[in-house]
Amino acid sequence: MTDFLQLLTAGLATGAIYALAAIGFTLLWQASQTINFAQGDFVMLPAFFALAGMHWFGLPFSLAALLAITLAMLVLGVMFKTLIVDPLIRQGVLPLVISTIALSIFLRDGVKDVYSAEAQPFPTIFPDGIVSIFGAKIYLAQVGVLLIAFSTIALLGWFLAGTRTGRQMQAAAQNPTVARILGIDVGRMVLYTFLINAALAAMASLLISPIYLAKFSNGETLGLAAFVAAIVGGFNQVRGAIVGGLVVGVIDNLAAAYISTAYRQAVPLFLLVLIILFRPQGLLGRREERAV
Amino acid sequence: MRSGTIAWVVAALAVLLLALAPLDLTPYGVPFSGLRRYGIYILTLWLVTAIAAMGVNLIVGYAGQETLAQAAFLGIGAYTTAILTKAGLPFGFAFLISGMGAFLVGIVLGFPALRVQKHYLAFVTLAFSVFVWLVIRNEEWLTGGVSGISGIRRPVIFGINLRPAANFYWFVMVMTAMMTFIMWWIVRSPWGRAFVALRENPIRAESLGVDVRAYKLFAFAIGSAYGGLAGSLYAPLVEFIDPAPFALGPSLLFLLMVVVGGLGTLLGPFVGAAVAVLLPEWLRFAEGYYLLIYAALVMAMMAFCPTGIVGLAGRVFASRRRPDDGQAPTLGEARP
Repeated sequence: MTDFLQLLTAGLATGAIYALAAIGFTLLWQASQTINFAQGDFVMLPAFFALAGMHWFGLPFSLAALLAITLAMLVLGVMFKTLIVDPLIRQGVLPLVISTIALSIFLRDGVKDVYSAEAQPFPTIFPDGIVSIFGAKIYLAQVGVLLIAFSTIALLGWFLAGTRTGRQMQAAAQNPTVARILGIDVGRMVLYTFLINAALAAMASLLISPIYLAKFSNGETLGLAAFVAAIVGGFNQVRGAIVGGLVVGVIDNLAAAYISTAYRQAVPLFLLVLIILFRPQGLLGRREERAV
Repeated sequence: MRSGTIAWVVAALAVLLLALAPLDLTPYGVPFSGLRRYGIYILTLWLVTAIAAMGVNLIVGYAGQETLAQAAFLGIGAYTTAILTKAGLPFGFAFLISGMGAFLVGIVLGFPALRVQKHYLAFVTLAFSVFVWLVIRNEEWLTGGVSGISGIRRPVIFGINLRPAANFYWFVMVMTAMMTFIMWWIVRSPWGRAFVALRENPIRAESLGVDVRAYKLFAFAIGSAYGGLAGSLYAPLVEFIDPAPFALGPSLLFLLMVVVGGLGTLLGPFVGAAVAVLLPEWLRFAEGYYLLIYAALVMAMMAFCPTGIVGLAGRVFASRRRPDDGQAPTLGEARP
């Protein structure tokens, strides 16, 4: 039982990070029909911005983290939108899919060639301590990750539902034509979505890297976790992405402990097949209508 | 001459030149002393890659789906062939089992994935790719784990020993020709035309009586079987297999190479495979930066010419020929 509680908190902590990546993925999909196959590498990259800031320019960690978030918004937000998505959106879905796959290879090999092929230790802002709850040892770092991830999600939720810009973004995502008629600058709203996705990816990157170490190939597992989280929760739902992320994180940790460590990375496949067979619209999703 | 005839003549010439590549032609007055062992190996690798790419082309270019697991299917074929031939079974049998195995796995994998929206197959194959790699790496009793399987013998077929590089190359050439012909037949048959209908407008195809799901499923399974068969040829070609070439990265490259070559064309997979196999040989000086350059080129290509190299060549060719073509545009035909 205590083991189970420990695994549960560890799973919720990684799950909350997956949720951040999955929310960004879902938002992008809703706002611009962009399926970003490079999402995992978007989570891998900002940690290396921070590492470069610390080791190349001697910045303290707090400034380096800020630099990572800013650079991520610039490179993975603005540049990704203007250089890759905008020229391609008229070419149809497949070229964009191919381009994000190429981007994923580009980022992966770019980090490997420019920074390092070795896994890099990454500093954490959380204290090392352990608290004991009902006999289970809970790492403070995991509690910290959960707190920060959920604050970020709460902040995002407030922004989307409680501010004028946030509501305009929702309108632009749901029905661009009507939103445009109502005087909403749809292009600007889509840009905001890309910026939010980049910021979420950067947050996820800073939180996950102390746990898994920063490595150029991390995008593979992180991306798969984010995709599966988005699908498990329901492709078109931000709430779904949160639930999906937590479910993937918890099952991942439980499976590693109780079933097999060697096949831990296969968990997403089984979750994916199960959800497709038994609840294709996702846990919180709605069925989508199709039009000719 | 009509352009169709020209295409056939060019194709026949290309096949002849490829068949002559390993031979020393100096006695016949041609200053070409034949490719060395390594050159023949690279050409054979190109053909094997092209077979797998043809499968991807059927799935992506004709059925409009995305597969991110072709290298995994290659691995299924390669390991099946390696294990069966090492157990003393004949190569022909192993070859068939490799193709059928990949076909069945394709059915099992595609069946749930194609029940739901577009793109779900991409995610399922992505996850499957990781799974196959884990199995190959972890099940040491069967696959040798990280150290792989070595000493895979090239077979003797109809009394011809395929051990020499040139013999194996010609064997793979014959197989490639047969599989290209089968692919051509699939795409040309009424069955294949339904694929195109389904790519262009799946819902309309459905209302015209095409069982969309069954077609997509068979396209995926046949395409995957091409991966398995290519893998079956790959194992005796390299004579040593380990998990690395069957990971997710190579699967992504398979998808990219088919798009780079030209989707939905017979020639595309060959061009794409040439870019993927031959270019790294010429770009030796770029070393580690090869993939970086390649990925950047693919992104640029998607923005400016999503129809791939074959489409680009067709455009250049068409614009050059247009003025002296002598044909007036048909009424109502839109001219760009």
